[in-house]
Amino acid sequence: MIRVVLPFHLQTLASCDREVTVRVDGTVTQRSILDALEDRYPMLRGTVREHVTMKRRPRVRFFADGKDITHDSPDDELPAAIATGNKPFMIVGAVAGG
Amino acid sequence: MTAIRVLVGTRKGAFILTSDARRNKWSVDGPYFAGWEIYHVKGSPADPNRIYASQSSSWFGQIIQRSDDGGKTWSQPGSDDKVDEMPQGGMPQGVSNKFVYDTSEETGKPLTTHQWYDGTQHPWEFARVWHLEPSLDDPDTCYAGVEDAALFRTTDGGVTWHELAGLRGHTSGPNWMPGAGGMCLHTIVLDPTNRDRIFCAISAAGAFRSDDGGKTWAPINQGLHSEYIPDPTAEVGHCVHRITAHPSNPSTLFMQKHWDVMRSDDGGDSWREISGDLPSDFGFPIAVHSHDPETIYVVPILSDSLHYPPEGKLRVYRSRGGSEEWEALTKGLPQEHCYVNVLRDAMAVDEADPCGIYFGTTGGQVYGSNDEGDSWQAIVRDLPAVLSVEVQTIR
Repeated sequence: MIRVVLPFHLQTLASCDREVTVRVDGTVTQRSILDALEDRYPMLRGTVREHVTMKRRPRVRFFADGKDITHDSPDDELPAAIATGNKPFMIVGAVAGG
Repeated sequence: MTAIRVLVGTRKGAFILTSDARRNKWSVDGPYFAGWEIYHVKGSPADPNRIYASQSSSWFGQIIQRSDDGGKTWSQPGSDDKVDEMPQGGMPQGVSNKFVYDTSEETGKPLTTHQWYDGTQHPWEFARVWHLEPSLDDPDTCYAGVEDAALFRTTDGGVTWHELAGLRGHTSGPNWMPGAGGMCLHTIVLDPTNRDRIFCAISAAGAFRSDDGGKTWAPINQGLHSEYIPDPTAEVGHCVHRITAHPSNPSTLFMQKHWDVMRSDDGGDSWREISGDLPSDFGFPIAVHSHDPETIYVVPILSDSLHYPPEGKLRVYRSRGGSEEWEALTKGLPQEHCYVNVLRDAMAVDEADPCGIYFGTTGGQVYGSNDEGDSWQAIVRDLPAVLSVEVQTIR
């Protein structure tokens, strides 16, 4: 199972814990993880990726195994640590404040 | 026994204020959807337990929430709540936060462009729902005014939303431009005497009317004068802040424009100014007394550059004749050092007797009057900045 860490506001929206698990059949990529996440938590559709374009929302970032993979191709294969569940795929709200 | 429920949308969640008909003691519940911007919360006139809320975030986009028990519990109507099991058929249900401009050949209009701040043309992009207007007689039908300006409608309780594309596709669309807050459709007025008649207002395009249930639209801006656009009397381009009408006389419309308070007695075909002796005719909200169609309320704001009340005094102004004579209502409101704003959707009236009036400020206060505005009390003082105030009179 793939471990996915969600930001606070998506936890409340999906009524779930900080970390959830999803099953991905086939190659583990940003896209396949997000597809599986939205299948399990349909209320998150449109919140991480825009509905029509399926592009990442500008203020959402993705971290995997200690690296910022936000700007990588959504179809790049993710590190084995993510695919095996040793490390979580992290969805992060971009830092903002003042 | 009548109860009053005030629905408050803020920058950081929604709040529900409740009282009995005396409106002296209030309970405050919330925040609901804590941390999210709640642009608007509004109840169905056909079923007071049905409430729609627009929840949005610069990070995570648009969410529509619905309550079927008067705000006690909420859900996203288009989502399957049973997340531990996949729905039958393998795919989850559609979600209620999907607002997609209709470009289909059958019912849509091509996705065109509108003016951008630098004068170039900019493609229409959905940002958020500013205003929700439930149908007068069907709890499952609700209209949504969105940014970039367009009108959507649900007929299944918010599960799915479909654009009424005739408005966005109006030939004047490329001349519309965003105001400082974005190019938003912020006002929807439904005519209780004519179900085919709908009024909308867009910043900064102006007011529009449909007489065929939203299929086609015409600008209704004759008589508006706006010095901030190249042609002050242009057909479109006016920054209309808010329109309202009394249900018993919906052909008489009242408008708070960027500058000027206006009145129309012919369903928007023509407008005349009634700013009269107001200390400033800039402002955002405008409301009509629930029992007197000729009594209206505004909150003057000093200017579009300053966005706070004249002289630091928070004053609601009332016109008993819907005309150019205004009286300041100050009892219970701060009359010194007050520099808050009152936004366009942040004032509403109840239907109790005498009429109650409520407004929220960017400073987080919600003020209420149980005597037609003669006196005011702060129901709650320290909420996040208030974006919207709506009232339900529960009988």
